[in-house]
Amino acid sequence: MHTSPPVAADIRELETIAAQIRCDLVRMIHIARMGHPGGSLSAADLVTALYFQVMRIDPARPDWPERDRFILSKGHACPVWYAALIRRGYLGRECLDTLRCLDSLLQGHPDMVKTPGVEMTAGSLGHGLSAGLGMALAARVRGLNYRVWVMIGDGETQEGSIWEAAMAAPNLRLDNLTVILDRNRIQNDDLIDNIMPIEPLAAKWKSFGWHVMEIDGHEMAQVVDALEASREAEPQPVIIIANTVKGKGVSFMEDNPFWHGNAPDADQTAQALQEICAAAGLEVADVD
Amino acid sequence: MRTRRETRHVYGEALLRAGESNPQIAVLDADLYKSTRSDLFRERFGERFIDMGISEMDMVSTAAGLAASGMIPYANSFAMFITAHCYDQIRIQICYPNLHVILAGSSAGLTQGPDGASHQALEDIALMRALPNMRVLVPADGVETEAMTLAAAQEIDGPVYLRLGRYPVPDLFDSSYRFALGRASWLGQGSDVTLIACGHTVSAARDAAELLANRDISAGVVNMSSIKPLDEDAVRAAMQATPLIVTVEEHSILGGLGGAVAEVMAETGGNARLLRLGTRDRFGESATADELLEKHGLTPRGITDSVVQALGR
Repeated sequence: MHTSPPVAADIRELETIAAQIRCDLVRMIHIARMGHPGGSLSAADLVTALYFQVMRIDPARPDWPERDRFILSKGHACPVWYAALIRRGYLGRECLDTLRCLDSLLQGHPDMVKTPGVEMTAGSLGHGLSAGLGMALAARVRGLNYRVWVMIGDGETQEGSIWEAAMAAPNLRLDNLTVILDRNRIQNDDLIDNIMPIEPLAAKWKSFGWHVMEIDGHEMAQVVDALEASREAEPQPVIIIANTVKGKGVSFMEDNPFWHGNAPDADQTAQALQEICAAAGLEVADVD
Repeated sequence: MRTRRETRHVYGEALLRAGESNPQIAVLDADLYKSTRSDLFRERFGERFIDMGISEMDMVSTAAGLAASGMIPYANSFAMFITAHCYDQIRIQICYPNLHVILAGSSAGLTQGPDGASHQALEDIALMRALPNMRVLVPADGVETEAMTLAAAQEIDGPVYLRLGRYPVPDLFDSSYRFALGRASWLGQGSDVTLIACGHTVSAARDAAELLANRDISAGVVNMSSIKPLDEDAVRAAMQATPLIVTVEEHSILGGLGGAVAEVMAETGGNARLLRLGTRDRFGESATADELLEKHGLTPRGITDSVVQALGR
């Protein structure tokens, strides 16, 4: 089977790419003057590991039938997806300036028709996991050997349809499905614990029949290991509960619900890029 | 006496044929396969039949995922549940990306009968018609049901809503019938009134035309089975042919067939008047199908009386 070689050579390189993606998405949201930086930053290491190490994909052939599929069910975090698709070569770098603009490839929420590499349209929460079930079922019926990766938000698990899919996937014996739950603990209005608590998450998914793993979603080695290990968990579907920090990498955004859905101004953007680069040992000027 | 068939039964048999001719066909149900008649497909093609349990939202989204991965899914439930219960999923995951998913809404309309208002879809055409990319098809008899069920997979590439009923209807067409998306069929021309109907009310409209003939009223009958895209030329032709147009549907007069015809007539202009027959912005209730059709003036006699009154005869 043909797959393109992973782009990253090692964990250190993946961490560097994750920092570049964080810079790109902060810039993108700043230019657009709106968007959702918090949940994009919390997911950045997970998305980087998928696109630069784990998934069997070929950016030159976005419609290759045997490609792994990624669905971002928490669609508002699409800047992190777009940044990864740009870095991985699905989209040109000029797209960075066009998020949410008229006629842009980069819509405010994912659009599978407009954007190469986007596998499923999203924007209303609670839908993506079920679509992942359909893709995983299609692989079985068609005899194709791909895996489906679905990222859901933790607040998103307040949607009832998530639990319909959570019940169905183990019963349908979908062993080619990995869910990554971005456990950043904050939803639009406030901390999840202050709105509608969702714990015990691991026990809930386990009782529904899932193989549950729990990791630090910012420790790249753990992230890669867990994603790779999820391939071997048959006959169950797998959920990786990735404990993350909303706004990760930008001090004033971290753990602050305000940055769920607000764009940084010029000064804030400059500070954000400085911090992200400093932590990764990069120069801001080099991340372009 | 002509054969009477429930369109939902014909649909179940046609699904089986669709499955035989195309390995891409998959069928999903939400704990109603005995009623939607997808059980026929289930028995034959178990590996391509997915029972999602009582979870219409999950079923419709799963169908979107199947369609995005090279399958052609038919998803089944009662008309009310497969349209209203999962409208958000249909809108964002099927219509917005223009995915080839066929939603079959069974037991639609008043003739769902004794289960009452909760189960009687009287807004489903309006809901589906408002969505970009969606096609809305309402077959008038068994022959058309079979043709539409197969065409939905073979001749259309995109979302389809197929509205089916449990009221037995006589076959109006024979084996020469050919389905064409967006094209109405005429069951007779008239000079006083044109009855434009869909679903089993086409049969009622045709019988009404005979009753009207006894009163020297010349009535044409149009089967507007493709509500979206609508055959606008047929509406305009009816406006030329007769001074009165009457729409007949087992659905609210708001936003369905009557609404669609009203939009064309208003933009076209001219002297033809419109009367919309259907449910008048109200919910249904428990009763037999025939009692409800009688109550809402959708029997041949009820249609006849409305036409006579509108013409002032």
